Amino acid sequence: MNLIPLFVAIPLGVAFIIPMVSRKLKWAPDLLGNLTLACLTVMAFMTIGQTGIYHMGGWQTPLGIDLRLDGLTTLMLIAINVIGLAATIFSVQYMTRYTSKLRYYSLFLFMVAGMNGVVLTGDMFNLYVFLEIAAISSYALVAFGCEHEELEASFKYAILGSVASGFILIGVALIYGITGTLNMAQMAVKLSAAGPSKPLILAFALFICGFGLKSALVPFHAWLPDAHPSAPAPVSAMLSGVVIKALGIYVLVRLIFNVFGVTENFLMILRWLGLLSMVLGVFLAIGQWDMKRLFAYHSISQIGYIVIGFGLGTPLGIVGALFHMLNHSVFKSLLFLNAGAVEYATGTRDLKRLGGLNKSMPVTANTSLVASMSIAGIPPLNGFWSKLIIVLACAESGHYWLALAAVFVSLMTLASFLKVQKYAFFESAKSTLKKVGEVPILMRIAMLILAVLCVVMSFLVLTGLRTPFLIDAASRVLTTGVFNFP
Amino acid sequence: MIYSLCFILIAVGLYGVVVKKNVVKIVISVAIMEYGINLLLILIGYRQGGCAPILDKGMDLAAFTANSVDPLPQALVLTSIVISLGVLALLVSICIRLYERYGTFDITEMRKLRG
Repeated sequence: MNLIPLFVAIPLGVAFIIPMVSRKLKWAPDLLGNLTLACLTVMAFMTIGQTGIYHMGGWQTPLGIDLRLDGLTTLMLIAINVIGLAATIFSVQYMTRYTSKLRYYSLFLFMVAGMNGVVLTGDMFNLYVFLEIAAISSYALVAFGCEHEELEASFKYAILGSVASGFILIGVALIYGITGTLNMAQMAVKLSAAGPSKPLILAFALFICGFGLKSALVPFHAWLPDAHPSAPAPVSAMLSGVVIKALGIYVLVRLIFNVFGVTENFLMILRWLGLLSMVLGVFLAIGQWDMKRLFAYHSISQIGYIVIGFGLGTPLGIVGALFHMLNHSVFKSLLFLNAGAVEYATGTRDLKRLGGLNKSMPVTANTSLVASMSIAGIPPLNGFWSKLIIVLACAESGHYWLALAAVFVSLMTLASFLKVQKYAFFESAKSTLKKVGEVPILMRIAMLILAVLCVVMSFLVLTGLRTPFLIDAASRVLTTGVFNFP
Repeated sequence: MIYSLCFILIAVGLYGVVVKKNVVKIVISVAIMEYGINLLLILIGYRQGGCAPILDKGMDLAAFTANSVDPLPQALVLTSIVISLGVLALLVSICIRLYERYGTFDITEMRKLRG
């Protein structure tokens, strides 16, 4: 049984089934949504160590659309579906505050299907289509509350997202004009034979703008701090945790390393974008008082780390970047779920009006402590190891100032998370918050799963600093360069 | 030459997105940009004086492939039109909701999000 097409087919199918059956059965959306994600998570773990290629509709490579499975795809699939599972478990009780659960789960599954498609596909135009499936459903999910802020953020996100998709489509068109094929593997072969040309450089610039907008690198980051805090908490967790990585960073890296072929200029652009995002993101974050907005700015900053790691181009840098990508998706989604839990229990996420929650909400407080220590890079948690690898890689390849900047930003991150911990959880309780209780059981379970993952993933580094489990396979896909598949 | 006209159309759309204050005009600008892109896609597959890419019974295969335009971008454009229709529908419905909430289409007056 070939698993590859099911990653797209199952969520897409269930997304259509949910609205059909849940007129009568009120519990169906919860059950189907969670079951689907659980099933996808198990499947994602089953793909470890496998590679393969699936021809959609039986058409062979130059004619049809290929779905490819390799180490990098496996890593992304695991990240997407595990975070998705935690978010749906959290949604069961959290989303009762909103009106329509069936539409929520339907859109959520479309988003998951789109992202699974993006990481699996081996065809440029198909990639664009999946990208749009995921993007359109995420615009709708950001607007889900239909209040002033949500609509405004969603409009901004949708307009910038459409412009980004437009750029990407022009890029795809130009590359098709140069190579005459849409298959990524063939494209790579033809591009390396043709060498650099002016349309290729234009296409690359368009891809940088397009995917930079999707992943909110700094000159293109304006939509993220509005869109991510406005969405419902599980959706913010998905958006910050995996959407910006699967739609932005993953595709950019795949194109640069495996299709265009690495050159020093490309890497230099990546390093500069990464440095800008890393430093500016953290400076904008530290002044925020809205909990979710602060986390959203930190996403920009941490994306900067990931991009710098890739921009070094050395094997160690790539390992660090992939490891940090995996870690960031876990601890950032956990932080957003924490913020959601705090908002659920107290009705506010303004840090000035919170305080003393570690007594009344022990699970939320402790899981958020784990996540905060992890993102700030306190040993021995996972965030420390991946940042350490990136800093080491910077120093190893002679970029000492980048290493210094990374350490400095890490300290700033620590400072801003101390602020969150102090104001939200440790300070003496405000009189308005005396009666606050812990959130319902399923929300606690979702947060605990992610907190345990944070701790467990710290041990990945024991399998080898340069070759951690899972990440090794993924980084080899990138370092071998232009791919040649059976 | 004709490519540059395409890029001008895209640039007009982009200009509208950046400069216009009215949300509906911004949506229209996005649509203009997408038309420009679709036109570019079609142009990439076009061949001067080419025939339609439909293979009939009596046709010679070699002559056909030498003369017909590339059919693939046309298929891509169909897909891309459908996608832009979806985006457009969503954007317009967000505009309607925005008007319900704020009572205006002016984007400079929608400033709940700052910082």
